[in-house]
Order: sequence, then C-alpha cells, then structure tokens
Amino acid sequence: MQKRRFPWHIIVFLAPAVLVYTAVMIFPLFNTLRLALYSRVDQERIYVGMQNFQTLFLDPIWSEQFWNALGNNFWFFIIHMLVQNPIGIVLAAILSHPRLRFAALYRSAIFIPTILSFVIVGFAWKLILSPIWGIAPSMLDAVGLKSLFAPWLGKEEYALTTLALISVWQFVGIPMMLIYAALLSIPEEVLEAGEIDGITGMSAFLKIKLPLILPSIGIISILTFVGNFNAFDLIYASQGALAGPDFSTDILGTFMYRTFFGFQLQLGDPHMGSAIASAMFVIILIGVCIYLFGIQTRMRRYQM
Amino acid sequence: MKKTIFGALLSGTALAASGALAADVTLNIESWRTDDLTLWQDKIIPAFEAANPGIKLNFNPTAPAEYNAVLNSKLEAGSAGDLITCRPFDASLALYDAGHLADLGDADGMSNFSDVAKSAWQSDDGSASFCVPMASVIHGFIYNKDAFAEVGVEVPTTEAEFFAALEAFKADGSYIPMAMGTNDQWEAATMGYNNIGPNYWKGEEGRRALIAGEQKLTDEQWVAPYATLAKWGAYLGDGYEAQTYPDSQNLFTLGRAAIYPAGSWEIAGFNTQADFEMGAFKPPVMNAGDTCYISDHTDIGIGMNAKSANPEAAKAFLNWVASPEFAAIFGNALPGFFPLSNTPVELNDPLAKEFVSWRGECESTIRSTYQILSRGTPNLENDTWGASVAAIKGTETPEALGAKLQAGLASWYAPQQ
Repeated sequence: MQKRRFPWHIIVFLAPAVLVYTAVMIFPLFNTLRLALYSRVDQERIYVGMQNFQTLFLDPIWSEQFWNALGNNFWFFIIHMLVQNPIGIVLAAILSHPRLRFAALYRSAIFIPTILSFVIVGFAWKLILSPIWGIAPSMLDAVGLKSLFAPWLGKEEYALTTLALISVWQFVGIPMMLIYAALLSIPEEVLEAGEIDGITGMSAFLKIKLPLILPSIGIISILTFVGNFNAFDLIYASQGALAGPDFSTDILGTFMYRTFFGFQLQLGDPHMGSAIASAMFVIILIGVCIYLFGIQTRMRRYQM
Repeated sequence: MKKTIFGALLSGTALAASGALAADVTLNIESWRTDDLTLWQDKIIPAFEAANPGIKLNFNPTAPAEYNAVLNSKLEAGSAGDLITCRPFDASLALYDAGHLADLGDADGMSNFSDVAKSAWQSDDGSASFCVPMASVIHGFIYNKDAFAEVGVEVPTTEAEFFAALEAFKADGSYIPMAMGTNDQWEAATMGYNNIGPNYWKGEEGRRALIAGEQKLTDEQWVAPYATLAKWGAYLGDGYEAQTYPDSQNLFTLGRAAIYPAGSWEIAGFNTQADFEMGAFKPPVMNAGDTCYISDHTDIGIGMNAKSANPEAAKAFLNWVASPEFAAIFGNALPGFFPLSNTPVELNDPLAKEFVSWRGECESTIRSTYQILSRGTPNLENDTWGASVAAIKGTETPEALGAKLQAGLASWYAPQQ
C-alpha cells in the first residue's frame, strides 16, 4: 500500500489567486470593518467600539443623511429592476429570433455603452440634457413637445430618476447578453416538441423559454442589486460629491465618499466613512443572503 | 564576465544618480491650480531657477475637486511633494496640527504680509504661521459693456438700481439678465451669498460677531441676503436649475448674458474668451453712500512639507514667494489673483485694476463660513451651498433657511449654543 503524497500541487496552483485576492480584497475589507471601530481624537486614534454606528443611526444629522441615501439607493435599484432587466429580456428574446437580420449589429450597438467610462456617459448625457446647449430641448421642440422639457438633472423631483435611466441606458447590454446566452443554450428539440403540441410564438416564450432562463434572471437581479448598492461613479461624475440638487441624488456611495475623503471645507473622516462602508457591506450581504437562501434554493432547475 | 559588465553598469548609474543629486535639488510642488501649469512652467519656475541655481522645481497639480483628498492620502503615505499649496483655513490648519506642515513663523519673508493676509494660515491663537500667503480673490459682478450700452442701462451701485437693471434686460429680451446656475451649488453660495452678503452683515464686524457667538444666523443681517437671492431666480436663464458653472461662464463669454456674478479669478479666462468689452461693479449697497464691503478672500498660500528631504531649498523658495518679485510675476500673469504682500504691485489688466481698486474704497472681509465655523458636522459651508440654492429656487423661505443653518451650527459650535 503506497502512502498518498500530500497534494502540494493544489496549494501551489491556488496560491497566486489566494494571495492576490487576500491582499487586494479580503484584507482591505476587514481593515475597513476594523477602522469603523476607531475614532480620531486629538491626533490620536482610539478604540470606540460601536460608537460610530451609534452616531450614524441615532444622531439625527447623520441618520437623516443615511436614510435619505439608502432610500435613494432603493429607488435607483427599483428603476433598474423595473426598466433595465425587462428591457434586457425583451431585447434578448428579439435578438435570439432566428429570422432577425443584422442581429450582430444590434447586439454590439446595444452593448457598447456598457464598456464606456462613467465619466464619458455622465458628461455626454449632461450635455444632451443641458437646457442651454443640449439636443434634448431642440429635439422635443422639433416635434412640438417643448413644454415637456424640464432641466431634469437640476430638479429635486426628477434628478435621481433621470440618472437611474441614464445608468439603465448604459447597462442594459449586460442582462441582454446574459439572457441571450441562456436563450441560445435552450435545445431546439424542446422547442420543436412544444411546437408539435401546438405551443408557438408568445406562449412558447412564456411557457418554455422563460422558465428555462429564470436562473439567469435571478443572477442578473443579484448582480444589479450589488452593482446598484455599490454605485458611485455616475452620480459623482454628473452631480459631484454633494449629489445635488439638495442631496436628492445622494446614494450610499457618494455619502461614503464625502464622509471618508471630505469635501471642500469638510475634512475627511476615515472612521465614519468606514462605518458607512461597513453598513453598505452589511446591506449588500443581507440582500445576497436573501437571494441565495430564500430564492435560489427554491428555484426549479431543468435538465436540458 | 556578464556579471562584471552588469556591475559596472549598475555602479555607473548609481554614480550618475548621486552626481545629479549633488548638483541639483528638485522640489516637488503640490497644487490644485491645474489652470496655472503653463504659468509655472513658463514664468515662475524659470525666474526662480535663474535666481537660485542648484534648485529645480517640479509643479505637480491635481484636479481641484480631488486635491484635498489626494493630498491627505499622499501626506499620510509620506509621498507628498516638498512644497504644498495651501487651501485657506481649516484644511491647512488640520495639516499643520497633524504635523504635515512646517511652522514658518521665523522665515524672513513673512514680515512682508499683514496680519489679515496671514490669518488664513495661522493657528487659532495666531502664534504659528504655516503658509506664505500667495493671493486673494475679490468678489463682485462682471458685466458686458456692449450689452449695457445697447439696452441703455447704467451700471448699478445700489440694490434698487441693480434690480432695475436686471428688469430692463429681462424686458428687452435680447440678453439673459444674469448668468448663473444652481446645478453645481457652490456658485450660489460663493458668488451669491458671500458676494452680496458682506454689505448686510458689515463685513468683518458681522463675521467676527458670528464667530464670537454674538450674532446668530437667524438675525436679520444674515437672513436678508437669502431674501435678496430669492429675487435672483427670475433673472437667471431658462433651466438654470441644471445650468453648470462652465455653462454660465460660456453663456457670459459668448455674449448671451449681461451680468455675471463673479470672483476675480474669472478675469484671465474671460479676457481670452470674450470678444466684447467687460467692466466690473462691486456688490450693490442698500442706499447710495453706504459704506461698501467686499469679499477679499485669502485663497492661496504655499507651505512646506514638514517631512521634506530638502528643507533649506524649500525655505529658499518660500522666501522668494514672499518677495515683491514673485508678487509682480504672479499678479500680472494671473490677473484676478491679487498678491497679498504689503508692497503694492502695479497691475496692467484693466479689469483686474478695477477689482483691486475696491480695496481702497470699501472695507475688506473674507467669506463668512471659512474661518472656524466650518469645522464641525454638519459643515456650515456645504450647508450654505444648499441653502443659497434653495433660496434662489424658492423652495424654502429665507427665515426657514436661517433657522436650519443656525440649528446645524449650534449643534456643535459652543459659542452659538
């Protein structure tokens, strides 16, 4: 009986990924959580336990901003779920239609904004929607709907929705591509079998394809959730760190940035900033857990 | 064989490197003035290097919005440059308190500045000075002379005349009466509230009383500017809610707007952009003949990184910055940034001359929120941005805004409690 050798090769092969991931992801994450438990008093860093979180949730000055940012973040997420993902699914369904011409062209055109930088997207849309130089007012004017135009990005009641829709425009390619891939992997035989049973067209999509792509939709939802609650760039690029007008576009990311790094005369407070970052982490963790244990385990999977 | 060649090469480079070190000291300058890059490269650096052989300068600006955050991180990490351009007041004071900026109190050049000029970069008790004052900016209004002549409007000196002028432009319709937007928020506070405000709170008198806790933000003189700003909304361009700062600058320099609430820092840019003649008028007073107050805000200083490897060279540079020679180069190359040194500098730019002439006619003060009052949370300066925007848009009454700001300030500032 030969003694089994210790599987060194597994460790060797895992090491680079584990080391890099630990250095750039796991260590900073735990260090941020640790930083949230400290505060700086007279140039001295002292351990304060949960006091930063107490301030964040109980001090009205902080908690008002936090709940405002969280509420805005949920609205940002809801718009993505209601607009981005359904449109993505519809686009994928249309693209996967075998008789559609120029499918590759449409696919690339819709996906391209996804690879653009936030700064470009924010700047371009700001120009498009600008009441002074933008093409939006003149286009609306051309069809006689000038009265519908408003300086959307400057109005408290519209700014966040406008930005969410800009973000939808940018990222609609991602759900489209994922669903498209899922649709392509549905075997022809299944669809043909359905056809023989008289299920075609719309009902084939709803009764056969949709149940089969449901796991992909689940994945997209959770990616949207994580992406939206980590969002920061677009708001920062187009509205600045104060997330105007009157904090109506402030989301957790901009709130965290402003607190951590400071803004104008406000000095940065890494400890409160870390407390907000930790709260963001917990919120995302809860969301992901609800999905993993509450939804994914109950989802039916079909053998194809 | 290979090894010896490699070794020779290595020692060769090492020698070359140390040779360069012995000959020249390179000082790195941290700054947020990306706009001034060519000025430094073409004028300031050559002038200094000619006078001080052996010291080389490297001007390294960061985007203004990121400067404070980037600088703090660099200082924490020990990778910041030798010379640090100082934001006024608390941002720099915090750096000094944390031991990042060296005390310059004993430098010879500091005697060239008045106490007011130095006040932006001193410890609260005035015992230590840590940045050499470089320049201040003055607030006022820049106007399109052609537009005023065309519509037949006189340059206003009182508030009634000011609104009459705006009304005349609105009635005429060929110009947007005033170019300002609220999208970026800070213009409303900086070019709005802190521009017209000193006439209400009597400059330094009100500002110091507020710091001492003798006046409150709910007092008439602090609320009234919001009531005036509320009247501005009607005279701003269509969709001013989404109009950004560059939008406003372009509207004015393209000749589409008549009046631009300004800081003197705009002068250089406007001179190159606008092809019409410009003039400037100071913030209008309530009644003709009232004492006028202007915001002559200490804006830029420069200090030394306490951990600089070349403190002697850095000090030599700072002494040069404090000299009249630097003031003359800087003041004329950057019309609108007015040197603070006691020796008067002859300016060539007519618009800049106009601004700086107000120093003789009016009482100078600085922006009300900058010293001490923006130290806590909520931050009074940031809140003033929001409040000024709300006043212009008319989403809240001036009294409610004053009450909100006062509550925020009183929550952390003991003299106001």
